[in-house]
Amino acid sequence: MEGFAALLPPLLDGLWMTLRITVGAALLAIPLALAAGLARLSSHRLISGIAVVYVEVFRGTSALVQLFWFYYVLPLFGLRLPAVTVGIVVLAANAGAYGAEVVRGAILAVASGQREAAVALNMTSAQTLRRIVLPQAFPAMLPPAGNLLIELLKNTALVSLITITDLTFRGQMLRAETLQTTQIFLLLLLLYFAVALVITAGIRLLERRFRVR
Amino acid sequence: MTDIFDWAFAWEILPTLGSALIITVHATVLGMSLAVVLGLILAMLRRVRSRWISAPVAVLIEFVRSTPLLVQMYFLFYVLPQTGMRLSPLVTGILALGVHYAAYCAEVYRAGIESVPRGQLEAATALNLSPWRTAVGVVLPQAIPPVVPALGNYLVAMFKDTPLLSAITVVELLQQSKIIGSATFRYTEPLTLVGVLFLLLSLVAAWGVRRLEAWLKKFGGSR
Repeated sequence: MEGFAALLPPLLDGLWMTLRITVGAALLAIPLALAAGLARLSSHRLISGIAVVYVEVFRGTSALVQLFWFYYVLPLFGLRLPAVTVGIVVLAANAGAYGAEVVRGAILAVASGQREAAVALNMTSAQTLRRIVLPQAFPAMLPPAGNLLIELLKNTALVSLITITDLTFRGQMLRAETLQTTQIFLLLLLLYFAVALVITAGIRLLERRFRVR
Repeated sequence: MTDIFDWAFAWEILPTLGSALIITVHATVLGMSLAVVLGLILAMLRRVRSRWISAPVAVLIEFVRSTPLLVQMYFLFYVLPQTGMRLSPLVTGILALGVHYAAYCAEVYRAGIESVPRGQLEAATALNLSPWRTAVGVVLPQAIPPVVPALGNYLVAMFKDTPLLSAITVVELLQQSKIIGSATFRYTEPLTLVGVLFLLLSLVAAWGVRRLEAWLKKFGGSR
């Protein structure tokens, strides 16, 4: 049991980094998902085309390949970003692409009569979106968004492969130092599971708060 | 200074990447076969009447689904040899992929099983069918076809997760491109090609899943 106590402090350092990356990427992914989701529904061909390309490229390739591409290839074009920035931006772009589909689906699910009523009331399209469509689409977005947030948390483990000292990286370092392999990886899995449970509970709370009547 | 993207070099490394792609596809096919079978077993165990079996299985599914595949891979890669099981990295990776996606597949099967009308079960009881014959002869034939597209989506997702095998020393597509990159100091071409290959294959696979969905709607079952 003392073994676990000695392992915990360095792992908690790593967990802090994992949480920072998760939160940072999630905060960046939300506006990206909204923008791309709305853009895909735009009647303007160029705008919807750009959104389609973004969504398909980031959903169609592997998250790890995206991380490596931005980490190894961008510096060759002269753009040298810190690893943590690359990690947050790439994970956000990845989650944003999946999120865009969630936004699109939820908006399409709003009854068309609602939009027609807004037109009849002479609302501008911005007003319709802000006051009528989004408030009704939001509750439908929550459950899939919660799943995506857990996917994002799991994907943060990949940043350990571009030298970021997150929870997984710390675990690997400790394994090399202490050779207490089984304990370390069990702790790692339990810590990730605990964070995922907190996320699930948080989303449940939000779902209850915004339940459509 | 050479070009930003050297087409001749890209052409030259394509066969090497192609042979690494075979490993990637190999791992995906075997991993998914494992996931489909193990997932069904987990889904059935989760429905067992006894709480002593169904509750731990439910926790296990939730646990596997909400922890990173990379850490699970490391766990199998480093811990299995300590218990005396010596597997090659590729087999370890396929095992990790299979177990991880089995948890997702179990949830998919569950949705399929729950969508079978209750009357079917009641009819099976009325006909005095054993639980085994009810499951195999009545429930599963109606539960599985509607969820095949969802399973197909997980096949595509697993394909995109195979680059994680590179972390446990398997030379699949991504690892091969990194080897080329470190040997030639050119990362742009190999990594971009890997991205394009993944994109192409995922788009083709996603199209295949959509076709399958349409086909199932037309010919599969009357529900």
